[in-house]
Amino acid sequence: MNTNRLQHYRSWRGRRSQAKLAVILMFVFSLISIWSFSDGLTASGGSDPGVLSPTDPALVLARPSEPMTPAVEKQSGEKAKKDTCVQCHREMGDELAAPVTAMQHDIHYQRGLSCADCHGGDPTEEDMDRAMDPRRGFVGRPTPQDIPRFCGKCHSNAEFMKKYNPRLRVDQEAEYYTSIHGKRLVQGDRKVATCISCHGYHGIRAVSDPQAPVYPTNVARTCGRCHANAGYMRSYSIPHDQLEKWQASVHAEALLKKNDLSAPTCNDCHGNHGAVPPGVTSVANVCGACHTRQAELFRKSPHKPAFDEMGLGECLVCHGNHEIHHPSDEMLGVGDQATCVACHSEGEPAYQAAQTMRQMIDQMVRELNQAEALVDRAARAGMEVSRAKFELNDAHDKLINARVVIHTFSVDELQKVVTPGIDTAKKAHRMGVEALNELQFRRKGLAASLVVIFLAVIGLYLKIRQIERPGA
Amino acid sequence: MEAITKHGWLTWLNDRLGLDPLIELAREKEVPIHRHTIWYYFGGMTLFLFIVQVTTGALLLLYYRPSAETAFESVQFIMTEVSFGWLVRSIHSWSANLMIAMLFVHMFSVYLLKAYRPPRELTWVTGVLLFFIVLAFGFSGYLLPWNKLAFFATKVGTEIAGVVPVIGHFLLRFLRGGDEVTGGTLTRFFGFHVAILPALATFILTVHVWLVQRHGMSVPPSVERQTQNVKTMKFFPNFLLRDAMGWLIALGALAALAALFPWELGEKADPFAPAPAGIKPEWYFLFMFQTLRLLPSHILFIEGEVLGVLVFGLGAVFWLLVPFLDKESIRGQRERVFTFIGVVILLYIAAMTIVGYLS
Repeated sequence: MNTNRLQHYRSWRGRRSQAKLAVILMFVFSLISIWSFSDGLTASGGSDPGVLSPTDPALVLARPSEPMTPAVEKQSGEKAKKDTCVQCHREMGDELAAPVTAMQHDIHYQRGLSCADCHGGDPTEEDMDRAMDPRRGFVGRPTPQDIPRFCGKCHSNAEFMKKYNPRLRVDQEAEYYTSIHGKRLVQGDRKVATCISCHGYHGIRAVSDPQAPVYPTNVARTCGRCHANAGYMRSYSIPHDQLEKWQASVHAEALLKKNDLSAPTCNDCHGNHGAVPPGVTSVANVCGACHTRQAELFRKSPHKPAFDEMGLGECLVCHGNHEIHHPSDEMLGVGDQATCVACHSEGEPAYQAAQTMRQMIDQMVRELNQAEALVDRAARAGMEVSRAKFELNDAHDKLINARVVIHTFSVDELQKVVTPGIDTAKKAHRMGVEALNELQFRRKGLAASLVVIFLAVIGLYLKIRQIERPGA
Repeated sequence: MEAITKHGWLTWLNDRLGLDPLIELAREKEVPIHRHTIWYYFGGMTLFLFIVQVTTGALLLLYYRPSAETAFESVQFIMTEVSFGWLVRSIHSWSANLMIAMLFVHMFSVYLLKAYRPPRELTWVTGVLLFFIVLAFGFSGYLLPWNKLAFFATKVGTEIAGVVPVIGHFLLRFLRGGDEVTGGTLTRFFGFHVAILPALATFILTVHVWLVQRHGMSVPPSVERQTQNVKTMKFFPNFLLRDAMGWLIALGALAALAALFPWELGEKADPFAPAPAGIKPEWYFLFMFQTLRLLPSHILFIEGEVLGVLVFGLGAVFWLLVPFLDKESIRGQRERVFTFIGVVILLYIAAMTIVGYLS
């Protein structure tokens, strides 16, 4: 059997020149298809020629086939177990065996799907020509343009996907065509990302698999494969330093160092299948998905209409986009690092407000630090200061709240939270002072007690000597 | 008698209580003087620290509230709000540890000086029973502040009791008041700590002290062999004054420890929190805990932990029955095997305690 297959393979290799010709013909055919495809879209797609509707007849017609029932399911008996694709490719070695090797980790393969379920053909046929006969549904390797539809024939089919994972969304393909990637692909750009660019092929792992390229901790590197490649991105005239900047951000630190999977990576702001750069109007919505209170306060602040009027991107004006650092108090006020002075100049009421707000926050921090130092000193001396620490925690929470309330950009609003915060810090400070006073009292009390005890011991010693004196 | 008649109130009391035999005992009681006399002071020192425990314990009872919801807060209140509450609680904790340390010294000095020889067998037996009771005091008292470390140490400690063959499960449920360490366990431990154990301790301690008075101080065999007529001093007042000096020094040490190193309160116990890393029992249980940790999972056909618990149980029985097993000492002969066993046990306890702290 093996010898036959190898002979078959050699004869196939012998026919490679014919195959090359076939590939060239297929390429030409593909170009014609793309052209006719785009033409069809223009004819049926409506106002935006770049957007592809998943229900578009052109797309429906262009689908390679209906989702295929897994090969192992549709056959029966002895024949059903055959998978000649796997058997032959495994024996062929080198790059032709690579798909089979990679499939061992593939989620599809693990769930019972195999080569023919995507590539078509008849895996029960021993004969290669018959097994890979286009008349038996064999579609071979899809072109980049075909890939979204290739994957979508199953992943866009709710009925079919329900059998494997009822919770899985089925709008990835539709979403993809709303993305910049999808739009450019439709326009004929073969460099843009398709499904396999991010998820891989043949060795496709589940999104929840930590080794998957789309697992949260790997997403940035996956996007960076293209977006951080200066040469690859040159023709698009967009920056290629997003990955580097994000890696220096507070979000990357949370995700990669603290393993906080809720921290945002590329897809959390840009979307995944429908990836687009967030526009000026949607930036606050993106940030506000997690930073809800800040977004809510900002929306009510005088900055909102002003920013809208100027077309500024809300949060990112002060915080930046990819390289978002942990916010510091220095961002507030009129100092060198203050973001307020980028727009407001001396003499303006807003300039004065920024200065006042910074002073208020600084005073709160000062009070809290002093109280903390004092309570820590008492704790190091062994005093029980849990109540003072409770007050400190409360003061710390109030400071965090005050830093959030800054987003109202209102001195009055900030004053409402700063004053109770300072009062709490002062209360903790008083408790620290009392603990240290108590410590002094204890030490003095100890010294006095030890003197009394020492004198009593001396008295006893003298008494013993007196009663044991010879002749006593 | 002359002294009594000088004091009218004493005569009045004597007429009603019949104190003559006691006064006679105090007058006649003598303490041998030799190179090992120093060890006689440790029994009195332990007794003094026990009295400190009773006094400070009674004061703590004024504020302590024994329930899972209130225990930690009440101890916190004692430490921060009650006048000198910090002092009372810190002295209670430090004194407990010093008392157990003194008890170890007293017990091993009695053992190595063979003071358990006839007719003092029962003095030894009551002393060992008191030692077990004091360990139970320590174990039950440790949980009462209901802090994190105490909670998990109690959980581990009662789990060990649970591996005792046959009665283990019953013992675990009896100690915990259920299958888990809960507020019910705290209430139960409180009952042991302030009622059952004090009652037992008072009774056995009375017998122990009475036996010491009845038989007097034992002179070690080595001293007996070397000296025909051992010098003595009067118990009252000579020895008692020296005792009092030791007690005053102990009191000073307790005050210093309490003022300079107040006993920590820690964090409130949370039964749903994960156990903190590196839980260790109090130092006096560490040698047993460390032994159980080092034992392999199986020794022959028995589980290592079960075998360890059995060996410690048998060791306790052996320790209790030493006066009846040491036949040569009973016959008044020179005896080395039991001395050797005592030294080995002492070294083992010291080594395991050190290893336990370092690991």
